[in-house]
Amino acid sequence: MTKNIYLPEMATIQEVIRETHNIMTFRVTLNNPEAMKNFSFKPGQVGQVSSFGTGEATFVINSPPTRMDYLQFSVMRTGEVTSKLHSLKAGDQIGVRAPLGNSFPYEDMKGKDIVFVGGGIGMAPLRTLLLFMLDNRADYGKITLLYGARSPVDMAYSYELQDWLDRDDLDTYLTIDAPYEGWQHKVGLIPNVLLDIAPSPGNSVAITCGPPIMIKFTLQALEKLGFKDEQIVTTLEKRMKCGVGICGRCNIGTSYVCMDGPVFTRAQLRQLPNEL
Amino acid sequence: MAKVQFIKSADVKPWLAELAKEHRVFAPSYDGEALLFRPFDLEQEIILDRAATMPPKKTVFPQSEKLVDFTYSKDPENLSRVKIDARETLPEGSTVVFGSRPCDARGFTMFDRVYLSDKNTDIYYQARRKNTLFITLACRTIENTCFCNWVDSDPCDPTGSDVLAIPMNDGYLLESVSEQGEKLLNSKLLADGSSRKVEADKICQEIAGSINNTKDLSQAPAKLLAVFDNMQFWEEVSAKCLSCGACTYLCPSCYCFNITDETNGMKGKRLRSWDNCMSAQFTMEASGHNPRPTKAHRLKNRVGHKFSYYPTIHGGVISCCGCGRCIKSCPAGIDIREIVLKAIDFEPAAVEE
Ligand code: SF4
Ligand code: SF4
Ligand code: FES
Repeated sequence: MTKNIYLPEMATIQEVIRETHNIMTFRVTLNNPEAMKNFSFKPGQVGQVSSFGTGEATFVINSPPTRMDYLQFSVMRTGEVTSKLHSLKAGDQIGVRAPLGNSFPYEDMKGKDIVFVGGGIGMAPLRTLLLFMLDNRADYGKITLLYGARSPVDMAYSYELQDWLDRDDLDTYLTIDAPYEGWQHKVGLIPNVLLDIAPSPGNSVAITCGPPIMIKFTLQALEKLGFKDEQIVTTLEKRMKCGVGICGRCNIGTSYVCMDGPVFTRAQLRQLPNEL
Repeated sequence: MAKVQFIKSADVKPWLAELAKEHRVFAPSYDGEALLFRPFDLEQEIILDRAATMPPKKTVFPQSEKLVDFTYSKDPENLSRVKIDARETLPEGSTVVFGSRPCDARGFTMFDRVYLSDKNTDIYYQARRKNTLFITLACRTIENTCFCNWVDSDPCDPTGSDVLAIPMNDGYLLESVSEQGEKLLNSKLLADGSSRKVEADKICQEIAGSINNTKDLSQAPAKLLAVFDNMQFWEEVSAKCLSCGACTYLCPSCYCFNITDETNGMKGKRLRSWDNCMSAQFTMEASGHNPRPTKAHRLKNRVGHKFSYYPTIHGGVISCCGCGRCIKSCPAGIDIREIVLKAIDFEPAAVEE
């Protein structure tokens, strides 16, 4: 029988983590053990998560495919569905339609130096790829992570940052916008800090996700550092409904972000009509 | 070989009554001022001499349809927990639409490429599409808003239909297009029509000759992209638009939808409903950012999708069937043909003298 692309898998929330004042992380497992066992996805792919009665919203699966005890989604409260999700507790039932969309070109990145630049909730998609690469560490060169947020309390995944800082196979830089008592890391906007760190574009790929304004200046900074359009990867966010290229909502010209994205290289973005 | 039958005008209603024993039958009749495809009723006058106000889109793609039924129940082992049971709800039964126009039936072929692609199958659409048969009426009266001939079609085009009915002076010649259509042509009320085939072909030729001159739209995909960033162009052509969305709801090839949930006590349903790309809400993101903030951006996408993006993705097929409904029904008098032609003829200011 043909699969019903609109019928979610029922899932149970195993754990809820409050990340920041407006971001919560949900660790979920599919109720059907077969479906959970056979679930496979690639770093960067997203899912439609639903609270029945309120609706669906799109989130990246931010746990890596190398750690399949649960699927993790981080939800920033922005509207009706995300507010409803924020009210849920461990044991509650949600629906999941996943995986959807394309993925990071992690195969093409093998053997290269990797530069992650994440801002705010934009750390979520990067986390998937970062953990995936750490779990396949030998496949990749030097890995640099620059992660920034407005202030320390706006930083998601705070509980694992120390581990990332301590690892000697990962260069981690954290930054916040303005000085904050007790903060021992960098202070400054992400694009400026990036210029300070000045990763070499040589054999590198940069992957950047975050709010539009941060992306805009980060792209400029990367360009200044000598990164070519093909060496820069980012993700687009569009309002999505069906997630499978049918409902007609997420197109930019001939590209459907739900099918052809959310991951694009800067070179691909330049080919799209200007409608971000 | 196609089956060719003839039916006398007076036998049309009795024939539909026969078909109605096995299928839901829809035919055009007046509902107030609007000529709509409504459930067949012997008492009602069927109007076949003009195209209906609304295409029969909802027979295959209801304005609102249930995708999932869900129920909440208390978990007996832990009363603070709510269990949720979600089930798909697939449509059943078969439908015959009588009196669709070639542009109406062809509209579903635009859906087919998207809803039944090799990447994804929409099983709700599939179930209805498979079980909805179109007895399409060739158009003897061509209106000045008709332009099916610009978009690779014609007033006798059987594409997307199951039976093509050609209006003759004393009745209709019925030609089967699909196997399912052939089965509809087994009634005792029908007689062999092969001897009238030549006459019918001549009628189709005459009609084809009476439609306005065709235009070459082969440059439209490239030219519409070329004016993508020219917001002055789009502001001009959309200046009068009210963002009412009439053009999308009346369009046989507009297929965008929204998904929403409704609840009632311990029950609920997930619905999909027609959506309207001319509304600002359509692309509004949770952050408040809107990639198509003005009506100029939105009209650009509507025209661009039909005459540029869709043909680029789907082998050159323009996803407008030329029915002219958006032109006839636009309260602001916006004519999609003019916009496309204007884009094709557009010369950037730099090369002007
Ligand atoms: S029918 Fe006319 S006024 Fe209404 S949205 Fe369409 S183009 Fe605009
Ligand atoms: S765009 Fe207008 S003319 Fe074309 S099929 Fe739709 S309603 Fe008819
Ligand atoms: S979300 Fe429906 S087409 Fe992309």
